[in-house]
Amino acid sequence: MRNPQLNKSGKLTHLLSIEGLPREILMAILDIAEPFTEVAEREVKKIPLLRGKSVFNLFFEPSTRTRTTFEIAAKRLSADVINLHIGASSTSKGETLLDTVDNLSAMQADMFIVRHAASGAPYLIAQHLSATGREYIHVINAGDGRHAHPTQGLLDMYTIRHYKKDFTRLRVAIVGDVLHSRVARSQIHALTTLGVPEVRVVGPKTLLPACVEKLGVRVYHDVRQGLKDVDVIMMLRLQNERMQGALLPSPQEYFKVFGLTADKLALARHDAIVMHPGPMNRGIEIDSAVADGPHAVILPQVTFGIAVRMAVMSMLAGN
Amino acid sequence: MKIQIKNGRLVDPANDLDAPLDVFIAAGKVIGLGIAPDGFQANRVIDAKGLIVCPGLIDLSARLREPGFEYKATLESETEAAVAGGVTTLVCPPDTDPPLDEPGLVEMLKHRARGLNRAHVLPLGALTMALAGERLTEMAELTEAGCVGFSQANTPIQNTRVLRCAMQYASTFGYSVWLQPQDAFLARGGVAHDGEVATRLGLSGIPVCAETVALATILQLARETGARVHLMRLSSAAGIDMVEEARSRELKVTCDVSVQHLHLSEMDIGYFDPLARLDPPLRAVSDRDALRRAVATGGIDTICSDHTPVDDDAKQVPFSECEPGATGLELLLPLTLKWAREMKAPLIDALGRITSNAAQVLGIQSGHLAVGAAADLCLFDPQAHFRVTREHLRSQGKNTPFLGLELLGQVRMTLVAGHTVFESGH
Repeated sequence: MRNPQLNKSGKLTHLLSIEGLPREILMAILDIAEPFTEVAEREVKKIPLLRGKSVFNLFFEPSTRTRTTFEIAAKRLSADVINLHIGASSTSKGETLLDTVDNLSAMQADMFIVRHAASGAPYLIAQHLSATGREYIHVINAGDGRHAHPTQGLLDMYTIRHYKKDFTRLRVAIVGDVLHSRVARSQIHALTTLGVPEVRVVGPKTLLPACVEKLGVRVYHDVRQGLKDVDVIMMLRLQNERMQGALLPSPQEYFKVFGLTADKLALARHDAIVMHPGPMNRGIEIDSAVADGPHAVILPQVTFGIAVRMAVMSMLAGN
Repeated sequence: MKIQIKNGRLVDPANDLDAPLDVFIAAGKVIGLGIAPDGFQANRVIDAKGLIVCPGLIDLSARLREPGFEYKATLESETEAAVAGGVTTLVCPPDTDPPLDEPGLVEMLKHRARGLNRAHVLPLGALTMALAGERLTEMAELTEAGCVGFSQANTPIQNTRVLRCAMQYASTFGYSVWLQPQDAFLARGGVAHDGEVATRLGLSGIPVCAETVALATILQLARETGARVHLMRLSSAAGIDMVEEARSRELKVTCDVSVQHLHLSEMDIGYFDPLARLDPPLRAVSDRDALRRAVATGGIDTICSDHTPVDDDAKQVPFSECEPGATGLELLLPLTLKWAREMKAPLIDALGRITSNAAQVLGIQSGHLAVGAAADLCLFDPQAHFRVTREHLRSQGKNTPFLGLELLGQVRMTLVAGHTVFESGH
């Protein structure tokens, strides 16, 4: 079975997941992103790589940050950007996902940025486009269910490389709700592909998926052991609806046991960096003192995110 | 109509018979094997050279989608698929719309099936009204209307008190209760086996304990109520162990597996293939292997198609939103043969799993070819290849994870009560 995001010659045509992508492609994206960080510092923050291209932000699930950064990235590449919040329009009128895709394809789309609550929805779209002879339309997964958020994973790698240079000597801990997290899955695949020798996941048993160790990670339930001597701490967001119920008793207890505080951070290496995909729940998964402290690289992540998304878009559809 | 089937290899698992014998048929019954009865004058002689002649297949689960889901399939389309697959008797679960919880619905279904005059259709009545798991159905009335047992299809009863009462009531009359072991709470929201693949793909999982917890309850209640229980669609190695253990302690329960589960595992979901979404979910490779072995050893009694035609619209959506199920009536035989070849199981044993064993589960005098038996027969060419394609399938449902696969074993002719209901050339 051919990886649906690669074409016959192994070139990236869609970005659906980091899983299955070779290290060379991941490194190429990070390298391409490098010069784009300086575009933001120019007086005219635009380059013409996507001039004349139409990029559709196809968001079936609400998102502010991801949609905005994709929009900025596309605009900096001179693309025309059309934002659609489908959650509020077509599907509520009964239109199917593939009907929506067909209609927008007929409007000469060049790229779909897709956010969907169902894992695999961007695959369905990519496979449909390919089955109907429209593989020239590129699909970027901007988060599907619990499955993947590849551009987030890539921007996290960019951030790690920026601060740590070499992936092959790192110890990384991913902390929190791995079960429901597409970000965690993309991070794990990216880290293991890039040669990080030790990736840990840390969380209560209710928030870790079955057989997670098969993804190539070490499992820790004790946060203090999990953070010991790590170089990178990647915190995950805990959704409101999961803070109280059968998965967790209360946000207070979660913070007490798993929240990243200065004393827990002290167990990591002295130069450890702290990351978070946002939006943060201060006082639940992370203490403000840490989020605003010297180890946090949370705002640079956002900035790098634009460059990485520019890199992915230009790699897929650049003139 | 008097028929002679000559030159075939007769395989009749119920009578442990595998021999080159002619079959003589008159008045809808088998009246002779090997030697023609005195004065027999055939109206038709069928040359079965190179073919296996066996009892018509009995499929313990085939959804015909009537009433209520005629856009997915109809009695007409699916009984045609059945006889094309060599299936002469099929059991249909009660999850129609409305569910088969009233005698009138069952009578209508039986009447429609008789009118089509193809496969025998044996309905399972709903165990509870609207399959809601609260009020019992009129089981005596439903039995009179033609139900052969009672089931919740794949909507388990959550309330164990109701389940116990339903089993007690059914056992009062000796009715059989067909249950798919799946705990409603543990399975809720899940779309795939809670294992490596679901974790990788970010799909919500149905843990094995959804099956084992339900099995523990059902087996305990079966022991206590004395109900005749048939366990539908085992999916896990742990589940098989529990059933075998219960049987070793003299509990009389029977069980089946879907033919899909003998060949596929969670790995076949690939990149979110909606055709591989089944209920129960495809489990780990080790579970699949355990199912394959259990069918060989007799730990699992029968193989069914779990035929579930689904319209394209309900499959062309993201995996977690698609309707589970696969079309299977036409693939039951070739996929059972494939299992037998791969497991090096004798042909007669393989055919037993889809004929005589199924008849035993049902407690019917069918699925064998002794003199006096109904002339329900299947003639197939075990060496004929075909590719599973949408065009090839007669079922209205084209949804099968085996699309594109090359299979061995093609049905050439199907007889029901001595009538030729299906016949194909090459």
